[in-house]
Amino acid sequence: MRGMAGHALRIVLVVVLGGFAGAALARYAPGWGVDDEDLNSSLSAASHAALHASDANGSNPAAFYVDYWGRLLRGDLGTSVALHEPVSQLLKERVPETCKSVGAGLALAWTMGLGLALLSLLPVARFAAWGAWLLASLVLCLPAAVLALLCVYAHASGRLAIGLIVFPRVYQFTRNLLARSAALPHVLTARAKGAGECRILLRHVLPVAAPQILALGGVSVCMALAACVPVEALCDLPGIGQLAWRAALSRDLTLLVNLTMIMTVVTLAANSGMDLLGGLIGEGRG
Amino acid sequence: MKKTRAAAIVFLMLMGCACLLAGYLAPASYAEQFREIPNASCSRQHWLGTDDLGRDRLSRVLYGTRVSLLLAPAAALLTTLLAGVIGGAAGFLGGWLEEAVKAAIDLVLSMPWLFLLITVRALLPLNVPPLTSVTITFALLGCLGWAGAARVVDADAKALAHSEMALLARASGSGGMRLLWRHILPNLKPVLQAQFWVSIPVFILAEANLSLLGLGVAEPLPSWGSLLRELENYSALTAQPVQWIPLALLVLTVGSFQLALNREEDWA
Repeated sequence: MRGMAGHALRIVLVVVLGGFAGAALARYAPGWGVDDEDLNSSLSAASHAALHASDANGSNPAAFYVDYWGRLLRGDLGTSVALHEPVSQLLKERVPETCKSVGAGLALAWTMGLGLALLSLLPVARFAAWGAWLLASLVLCLPAAVLALLCVYAHASGRLAIGLIVFPRVYQFTRNLLARSAALPHVLTARAKGAGECRILLRHVLPVAAPQILALGGVSVCMALAACVPVEALCDLPGIGQLAWRAALSRDLTLLVNLTMIMTVVTLAANSGMDLLGGLIGEGRG
Repeated sequence: MKKTRAAAIVFLMLMGCACLLAGYLAPASYAEQFREIPNASCSRQHWLGTDDLGRDRLSRVLYGTRVSLLLAPAAALLTTLLAGVIGGAAGFLGGWLEEAVKAAIDLVLSMPWLFLLITVRALLPLNVPPLTSVTITFALLGCLGWAGAARVVDADAKALAHSEMALLARASGSGGMRLLWRHILPNLKPVLQAQFWVSIPVFILAEANLSLLGLGVAEPLPSWGSLLRELENYSALTAQPVQWIPLALLVLTVGSFQLALNREEDWA
């Protein structure tokens, strides 16, 4: 219970501080307060003055941030400058697509990564292990955006690209972790007593490595979310990643600050959830 | 596997030479246009053909190699320096400073890397001259990559500050800056070196991603990332397979870094 409260407090603190850092960066970014409407000669001087007065409301970053939180608590995330739509509406439309992409990508990455890491522990599967190492190394050398393009050319889903981007990290980490666990003295004892490879793997190796593997689960969510940006942008998937890319290209700072905070919350929640789960498993074994 | 590692190091040295000698090896300037022959295929004048604006592709690959291979290490050096100063000071001094640094590290690491990169890149001007864009891109990579390295340096500096070696130095009258300068920093050198080498391929890939998304190095200055934008034109790609060369060079270079950095146990 205390652990959960600690994690929740950490998330709130990071979000509040991160949000302020984001808002301050956005406020001091070159171009803040410059409106396209300034170039519209059909507007009267009074309209221009009104526009500048509305921009001046955000001149103090602290006041801007307090106002932002006030609106946030009322459920108002502001309006996208580039897309001229409420941010909450944009998120409502795009979050399901990103959830599907991230979910499918993570499922693929973990199935491939963990499966091949387990296979590489078996002495009979040396060639499979070598092939997996080669595939993981090759994918690690490719930029995520190129993998997304290759998927487009192969008429494959962008979700496959997300899976391939996350796979090598999952494979390499779990393979090293499982290999280290397999070399522990109690595993050697079990092997000496004649236990089968599968039994050793399931009863003696996996439970030892489980907390760290779960921690990697949290980190892999962060990796998959990062991969969403190039994949959704280049594979034309209407998700949060594509939205972030469009916001970046059009310097839509309101949208970017909101997206940054949402990504931070999701990442922290995933990491904290996996940490807690790993802790519970560790306690259970202890 | 020592032979593979040696081959990787030789390849990296060759790439280093090519990027340093780009001015002598390139048949034309990276921005010079041969307007009468856009999208030309390989010929004696243009070994790798020309791009859609009629620029010599070999020259652009050579200059792009120079930009990526000189500036990624520069960004890695910046990251390592930041990590050394921030992590080293936090680990050595401890107390509230270390707690504050750890919180800052958590804050930076809690955001997806590429997402953070495009967000901060978008906060800086996008419509800038090519040299400014390349400086912004790599400076940004250097400034945002410090957190992971600083965590490692912090842990190492803390362990060193509480080691018997440091205790002995303190007992001998060394303290403060002398202890840091003469005893802690030399022992942090291997960690900092490792962080430097590990950061280079990461930054090469990050620049490629940013440029492919239109947020990196601006035209006409070439980098591996901006050269990869040719891959977005599938019809031209099938007509001229030489357009894959920048990608092949990037993969070989990043792979060579991996092979050169990997420890023996990773081969098992």
